[in-house]
Amino acid sequence: MKPKFFAVPYVVWMAIFVIAPVLIVVFYAFTTADGGFTLTHFTEMSRFLPVFTRSFRLAFISTIISIAIGYPVAYILSREGQRVQRLMIMLIMLPMWMNFLLRTYAWMSILENTGLLNRFLAFLGLPQLQIINTPTAVVIGMVYNFLPFMILPIYSVIVKIDKSLYEAASDLGANTLGVFRKLVIPMSLPGVLSGIMMVFVPAVSTFVISQLLGGGMVMMLGDLIEMQFLGSTYNPQLGSAVALVMMVIVILFMYVMNRFGEGEEKAVGL
Amino acid sequence: MTKELIRLSDCKVAFDGDVVLDNINLYINDKEFLTLLGPSGCGKTTTLRIIGGFLKPDSGDVFFDGARINDVPPHKRLVNTIFQKYALFTHLNVFENVAFGLRVARPDDKKIDKHEISHRVIEMLEVVSLKGFEKRDVSSLSGGQQQRVAIARALVNKPKVLLLDEPLGALDMRLRKDMQNELKQIQQSTGITFVYVTHDQEEALAMSDTVVVMEGGVIQQIGTPEDIYNEPKNAFVADFIGESNIVDGIMRSDGVVEIFGRKFKCLDSGFEPMEPVDVVIRPEDIDIVSPGKGKLTGTITGITFRGVMYDIIVDFHGFKWLIQTTDLCQVGTEIGIQIDPDGIHIMKKSRFSGMYGDYSSYSAEYDDIGDAEHEYEPEDEDEA
Repeated sequence: MKPKFFAVPYVVWMAIFVIAPVLIVVFYAFTTADGGFTLTHFTEMSRFLPVFTRSFRLAFISTIISIAIGYPVAYILSREGQRVQRLMIMLIMLPMWMNFLLRTYAWMSILENTGLLNRFLAFLGLPQLQIINTPTAVVIGMVYNFLPFMILPIYSVIVKIDKSLYEAASDLGANTLGVFRKLVIPMSLPGVLSGIMMVFVPAVSTFVISQLLGGGMVMMLGDLIEMQFLGSTYNPQLGSAVALVMMVIVILFMYVMNRFGEGEEKAVGL
Repeated sequence: MTKELIRLSDCKVAFDGDVVLDNINLYINDKEFLTLLGPSGCGKTTTLRIIGGFLKPDSGDVFFDGARINDVPPHKRLVNTIFQKYALFTHLNVFENVAFGLRVARPDDKKIDKHEISHRVIEMLEVVSLKGFEKRDVSSLSGGQQQRVAIARALVNKPKVLLLDEPLGALDMRLRKDMQNELKQIQQSTGITFVYVTHDQEEALAMSDTVVVMEGGVIQQIGTPEDIYNEPKNAFVADFIGESNIVDGIMRSDGVVEIFGRKFKCLDSGFEPMEPVDVVIRPEDIDIVSPGKGKLTGTITGITFRGVMYDIIVDFHGFKWLIQTTDLCQVGTEIGIQIDPDGIHIMKKSRFSGMYGDYSSYSAEYDDIGDAEHEYEPEDEDEA
């Protein structure tokens, strides 16, 4: 019975800061301003469909780009010596020690019309690029901010692959590409899955990045929800409904991913 | 039938300045069962890795069927390996583990069609008695079963040479004995050359056509199991293979050696007159007689019952000998001994002289060899 006692603070914490807020959100989503039951928030929501599709599309693109950059980095990293690995991991983590807003502001000053990038292009005599206030800028911001969360889980799975398995694979006739395709990729899938989760979920609900780099032109779900609570269109009931729908979609997504990854995770003994 | 298949010539390997292999020269015949035997750190696994292609010698050459293969990567060699801890692919089931080598492009031929892959895998699983285990997760198998998957995975590719790196090291005593017989049978029926690495001298003697004894990165002796046992080249080999009493002797003339001031007849010749030598006398070659009739007289200081015989420790002039006998003896009694000429083996002095063959610390030594027997646990039969 004793060990249960130690779980009490955790249970209390969960109840106050996780379960209660979710219940409040659910309550708001189904009520009018004066407290009556209603479903209008959900029926009205169809007008936000473009925001939903844009959010999921940009989050999807950012996740794909993060895999495309993160996987090779993680793989190459895992093949390096211990020292290089430690140093590189620290360099990857380093930007995260800086404030999230500061990092995003830094990208603003890089991507601005008169920013670092365009000044550099002008210096080279190349045409100017209009990136700021476009979905491209938002995607760049999201990839930059969330990339470490893709690299680290993939890296930690790949380094755990026993060196003798590489030897066994090449002993059985697999060349470098074969070893990668038949051994490294299947064995690192669980890392990719958790990387996707850790990039996609925050990317869907981001609002600071889209405001700063999208300049209000690229409205995403996070912005929409924020507006309902803090903005001019104050309507916490509608905001709650949007948040609830987004949460349900994300939970469904995570569930599917988990089912997909179950067989693989067992393989690596996670 | 003795066609040379693999040759290592003057192979040298050093890690960070530590010499691991010192000028190894070795050839391996086709269809041979060759064992690299030695204590840990003697260079036997390094030698195996050179043949497998996982390690390039710093200097020297490796030949396969007459062609130099120093720069041929592992996946292009007609060699497969059974790794020490099996190195099975945990993300694949038993069938896919065995099929791995057939699904990737082989060095000798093109793609193998699906039907043949499944035919060959099933056939191979039958050979290693794992039929019906195709869909099983490799991590759900016992050590012995994993071992069989590793064997099937290597043999299904029909290699010219199979390298085995202490493959039975993780198995318990009885299973090990069974697998020894099975491996030997597989080797004889397939005609594949086996290169086997072990530190277990009994295993080496029981299975091999040729035994290569290694120590300190140097080959100490190459020969048949009988040669190695009966005619060890130096004190290290004599001590490592079986039990040996190794004493200082002086060669008086061809066929006569002096031990503890007494002359013994022997069959060895070709030494300088009065040359100091190492004399090996196996414990089972010593006859116990009454004190007056023996060439040497000593006192029994210890007796251990071993089942088929007694191990007794006898003190001759402060030097303790191990004698194996079926006679019942008592501690403290005096005995004489006789040794037939063919029970005496003379070796040249080497850097190992004086390091081995004394049984003063006898019990400790026997414990090292015997403890594997305690690890035996009955196999779980109802797993399948």
